[in-house]
Amino acid sequence: MNYMDDFPMLNKDIVYFDNGATTLKPKSVIKAMDDYYLNYSSNAHRGDYKISLKVNDAYEGVREKVKKLINAKSSNEIVFTSGSTDSLNMIVYGYFKNKLNKDDEVLVTKSEHASNILPWYELSNEMGININYIPLTENHTVTLDNVIKSITPKTKVISIAHVTNVIGDVRPIKEIIEYAHKNNILVVIDGAQSVGHIKVDVQDMDIDFLAFSAHKMLGPTGVGVLYGKYDLLNELIPTRYGGGMNISFTSKDEIEYKELPYKLEAGTQNIAGVIGLGAAIDYINNVGINNIEETCDSLKEYIISGLKSIPHIKVYNENVEGSIVTFNVKDVFAQDTAIYLDKYNICVRSGSHCAKKLEDELGIKNTCRISIYFYNTKEDADKLINALKNENILEESLGV
Amino acid sequence: MDSNFKRALIIENYEKPLNKGLLNDSTYLRENKNNSSCIDNFDIELKMEDGKIKDIRFDGEACAIATSSMSISIGILIGKTKEEALNIIENYQNMLEEKPYDKDLIEDLNAYDDIYKQPARKKCATLGILGIKDLIEKSK
Repeated sequence: MNYMDDFPMLNKDIVYFDNGATTLKPKSVIKAMDDYYLNYSSNAHRGDYKISLKVNDAYEGVREKVKKLINAKSSNEIVFTSGSTDSLNMIVYGYFKNKLNKDDEVLVTKSEHASNILPWYELSNEMGININYIPLTENHTVTLDNVIKSITPKTKVISIAHVTNVIGDVRPIKEIIEYAHKNNILVVIDGAQSVGHIKVDVQDMDIDFLAFSAHKMLGPTGVGVLYGKYDLLNELIPTRYGGGMNISFTSKDEIEYKELPYKLEAGTQNIAGVIGLGAAIDYINNVGINNIEETCDSLKEYIISGLKSIPHIKVYNENVEGSIVTFNVKDVFAQDTAIYLDKYNICVRSGSHCAKKLEDELGIKNTCRISIYFYNTKEDADKLINALKNENILEESLGV
Repeated sequence: MDSNFKRALIIENYEKPLNKGLLNDSTYLRENKNNSSCIDNFDIELKMEDGKIKDIRFDGEACAIATSSMSISIGILIGKTKEEALNIIENYQNMLEEKPYDKDLIEDLNAYDDIYKQPARKKCATLGILGIKDLIEKSK
């Protein structure tokens, strides 16, 4: 495969290391979406005419692809959403709001993304559940031991990222879930940084709920997936009502909703986005998930060894597996470093990366994040490392 | 100002900013200013006395441009009357917007006369001083 040919953005004279924010898109994804808009644009689940049936097949075909990608038992367990944030909000407000009671406990960590903390905070304010934090190790990772220590008889749900977006650590979710289930605790997995990056098998890992976004795995923005085990998902009360999800409504007392997954997909969905997600899954399958993981891991090691040779660079997560390198330049504010790198057309992210509780753990609020995907190369890494060898980064970031 | 001088001035004010650290004194007006598009964040305190700016303090985390311009602004604005201060701030904003401005009036803030070339940095260069402006306007 020739990534330079497949990804137009790789020919823009930039080094793109902000894949944790969003990945680049291959032509095949853009083409699949274009094809829908140009050649068979119509609604799904409605029409009695040929192109509408074609849309339906394409849309439902992607549900099958998602099912295979994460090894769900049934495609009825796959709900299309607008992204991980939407999925997590549906899980919290559609399911747990109706299942939890005052003083029940939710376990999260301080390195979660805002989308896996704020819905819980709001639910806590609304109904008096308690939110506790699983302590992180000195490398900012989660261990089964620390999960076990955090569980109390009141713990009803653990809601954590599979891979975090600041540190990039891969959590031992299979072991955590196995232990949780023995204690009648449900587990919600934020898979935004893991699906399409490492192998995610919802049956093998026994995941109860999983949320992920298409745009972090080569797909378009504005579309994502909510997975839930059928019996759990079936008890998720819709958070939106409208067309496409009902069978009949004659009065407020006589309403009939569709079965899963349709009852959770109110209104016309992001059809082009779903079709784009399907093409993204095809591309990922062609590259191979093991190949993706190995490529990212080895490039991460290469970058870390390069950065470690530079005295004025501090790396915060060198002992963590994954595809993210978090660092700062001594005495330079993270944003100034990112602006400096931008002068060399190197794209990295600075800030708290939406994980605003993590500063309690890192002891620093803002960092620069290099997030890698399989199309990044050693040449990209060398450009980054060479740019960071400069001893006058602060001066040169000023632009005056 | 030549580039080397500008850089030295900015770095000096970034590394050793004037009046960093809040007093939490009830005779001061207080405001938080942050940039939604980036990560700069300041708390600012201001005290007026006899129609003049008696003191300005700040704290927070921000980039070199935001921190240094805050420090330089504080140095220039303390001791000025409300009208003088607002006039300086207006001239500084004019410079960043590429409009006519009085160079002599804004003293060391001339260090930022190239910032208009980096539109994303304009917010950094005005975060602190616009906070000060808010507080001056709030004061009676």
